[in-house]
Amino acid sequence: MATEQQVITKSGITLPSRIDGYGEVKPFAGAFATAPQGKKYAPAKGTCPPGTVKVLGNIAEAIEKTGLRDGMTISFHHHLRNGDYVLNLVMDEIARLGIKNLTICASSLTNAHEPLLEHIKSGVVTGLQTSGLRGGIAKAVSRQNILGKPVIFRTHGGRARAIEAGETKIDVAFVAAPVSDPMGNINGCEGKSAFGSMGYPMVDAGYAEKVVVITDNLVPFPLKRISIPMTLIDYVVPVESIGDPEQISAGAIRITKNPQELLIAERAAQVLIAAGAVKNGFSFQAGTGGASLAVCRFIKDYMRENQIKGSFGAGGITATMVELLNEGYFETLLDTQSFDDSSAKSMAVNASHVEMSASMYANPHNKGCTAHMLDIMILSATEIDEEFNINSLTDSNGTIMGALGGAPDTAAGAKLTLVVAPSMRKRIPIVKDHVTHISTPGETVDVLVTERGVCVNPRRTDLIRALTEAGIPLKSMADLRREVEKLTGVPAKPEYTDVIVGVVEYRDGTVLDVIRQIKENQ
Amino acid sequence: MLKKSKRTMLFSPADTPKNLFTAHLYGADCVIFDLEDAVKYAEKDAARDLLAEALRVMDYGDTQIYARINPLYTEFGRADVETLVPAGLRRMRLAMCEKPEQVRELDALLTELETKYGIEPGSCQIQCSLETPLGVTNALAVATASKRVESVSFGAEDFTRSIGAQRTKAGNEIFLARNMVVMAAAIAGVDAVDTVWADINDEAGFREEVRMAMNLGFAGKSCIHPSQIKIVHEVFTPSREEIEKSLAILEAAKDADIEKGGVITVNGKMVDIPVIAKAEKVVRLARGAGIIA
Repeated sequence: MATEQQVITKSGITLPSRIDGYGEVKPFAGAFATAPQGKKYAPAKGTCPPGTVKVLGNIAEAIEKTGLRDGMTISFHHHLRNGDYVLNLVMDEIARLGIKNLTICASSLTNAHEPLLEHIKSGVVTGLQTSGLRGGIAKAVSRQNILGKPVIFRTHGGRARAIEAGETKIDVAFVAAPVSDPMGNINGCEGKSAFGSMGYPMVDAGYAEKVVVITDNLVPFPLKRISIPMTLIDYVVPVESIGDPEQISAGAIRITKNPQELLIAERAAQVLIAAGAVKNGFSFQAGTGGASLAVCRFIKDYMRENQIKGSFGAGGITATMVELLNEGYFETLLDTQSFDDSSAKSMAVNASHVEMSASMYANPHNKGCTAHMLDIMILSATEIDEEFNINSLTDSNGTIMGALGGAPDTAAGAKLTLVVAPSMRKRIPIVKDHVTHISTPGETVDVLVTERGVCVNPRRTDLIRALTEAGIPLKSMADLRREVEKLTGVPAKPEYTDVIVGVVEYRDGTVLDVIRQIKENQ
Repeated sequence: MLKKSKRTMLFSPADTPKNLFTAHLYGADCVIFDLEDAVKYAEKDAARDLLAEALRVMDYGDTQIYARINPLYTEFGRADVETLVPAGLRRMRLAMCEKPEQVRELDALLTELETKYGIEPGSCQIQCSLETPLGVTNALAVATASKRVESVSFGAEDFTRSIGAQRTKAGNEIFLARNMVVMAAAIAGVDAVDTVWADINDEAGFREEVRMAMNLGFAGKSCIHPSQIKIVHEVFTPSREEIEKSLAILEAAKDADIEKGGVITVNGKMVDIPVIAKAEKVVRLARGAGIIA
């Protein structure tokens, strides 16, 4: 590995100027410092003469017809989450056909994708690009560098940007569709495996050389509601099931009864109100954690009492946000990923619940994106440090276990980014002097709310003034860290080898941090 | 004497380290770390040691910390007190208290420990938990058995079990006992704290019961879940208007000779001894709640 040359990011992280298996490193220079250059990528033209039959008998036939071969890049999306069958079905067929050395560009990888580990071991898969990684694969990457080259971690906006920029050229995109007609018009809202928004494959389908739809609900042409049109689709493969409905639609996410999460949520709502952010026309992204969703309940009470109506809610949409829409607290929902069946059903019937692509959601190199329209963004964190940098990718032992998601995108865009988190988890402090890895830079994070107090980024003097005037007691991050460490002790820091197993890209394609292989004895 | 409020006494099992770190964060006036019913027999020693360590290292701020100790006649009771007092515990809830002798026994043990460890004499205080017909009947004798008794509490679960009654939300079966406990506390000059409400999902029912407890004369309510704290505080905290009115009454009464039977008027209304007593209670609650200095 070439380590002679080094570069330093704006966050103060020293990186090699070139990483084997990744390439040249452009260091993170600031949330909006790196301007786009060049033109967007375009796939080759296609044609579909009259009489063309797109529906194929099985996945293997589709793989062969796409011309997939060794060394190519394929893509998947994770809207089916832990219930996804499609990635494993496709990869098993690819392995059976003897194709090797593929790179998978997935919107995220979940525990459902654990069988991928065997395909990595056998050399079918040698590259991963994803928003998140968990379970056995993540452990094997962290500890054994099982891929032999770094996993590239991208935000949801960053992935859309990389695909559109041609930095990631997708040879074949596999799209799981709860409904499709024979020409490949698809949506995510109809059928036994409905999952709602198709925000991620909207981008894949637009830029991949070949696109294969895999569906368990083939209906006659033409489909009436179209999320991705047939103009972008090469083949359609009917299968018995694209996913486990129990795992896909785990039901509405309920507001937590955990007293600690409720305490944090109530305090977070007080902060948002005191900051003057909850006002007529405000926009909001709530996230999906227990405390984040509970914030909605407290904000809703305030909105009702003060007759406040918001403009839009965005991002990953949950039943809680659907409830706010239906009760008239918001005008519109912009949905890139529906998190439960309530959201999926809502989008199918409510014109104010609008589907959006990951690019429209969060791609910074567009002529507009929703993340930049947000007033309030709430997110959670595994670690946060005195510079307000956030880690949501690795645990305190340095093992990969999480995802970037859209958090870095929306943190950059929102006027007020608020982190809700307990001050410790299982007696491990979340507040650090320096986070183990940076996933969201501190310059884009404004407030941390924990059960032990509220910390405001010193850059936000306006917020400090507003919250102080409202009588909300504030703490410095250093004081909070010392308070927590008095209870937990100072945890030992993980030890690493020099080998880089993960590259954490910022949304603009610069490198925010790298993840190194954990030393064997830990 | 103005006392810090006992509007809320939050129960928290002492055998879980997380509870020892966090129970005080929910805003209760008092936290009772439980070594008795909530802790399994095999975990009693470990829970006591955990609590002792927490008392040494934790800063609980202005939250009053209690331990519900095991009765002294059990194999754990004395060890609870002997371990926790030198660790910093100054308030203990004596469970299943029935007779003044039990209070005096604890009093003697506390005196011994205060002497041994150089702790200010009398600083260790007792809350007597009245949970049986005998305990309730002896409420006044128990409450006046020691100067260390600073409050009594009523426990409905064991009480209804003892008399063979069904516990209901209306609480008719415990109405008399509640009144007896409140009266005994009033005569002894200590606070009375009402029993727990088990259904944490029935917020409306809980609010009604809290209001009833306050009207009966209780100083506060035992809570089994942090979500109950806010409701109790809302009921037990006087409004700004009540506070201002009460402060005006006390100010006007300061130089008047009301104790000898006189009356004054404030804003056109007659003020006599009962009115002053009510005003004092409002101000005491407001101070205890931290609303006024």
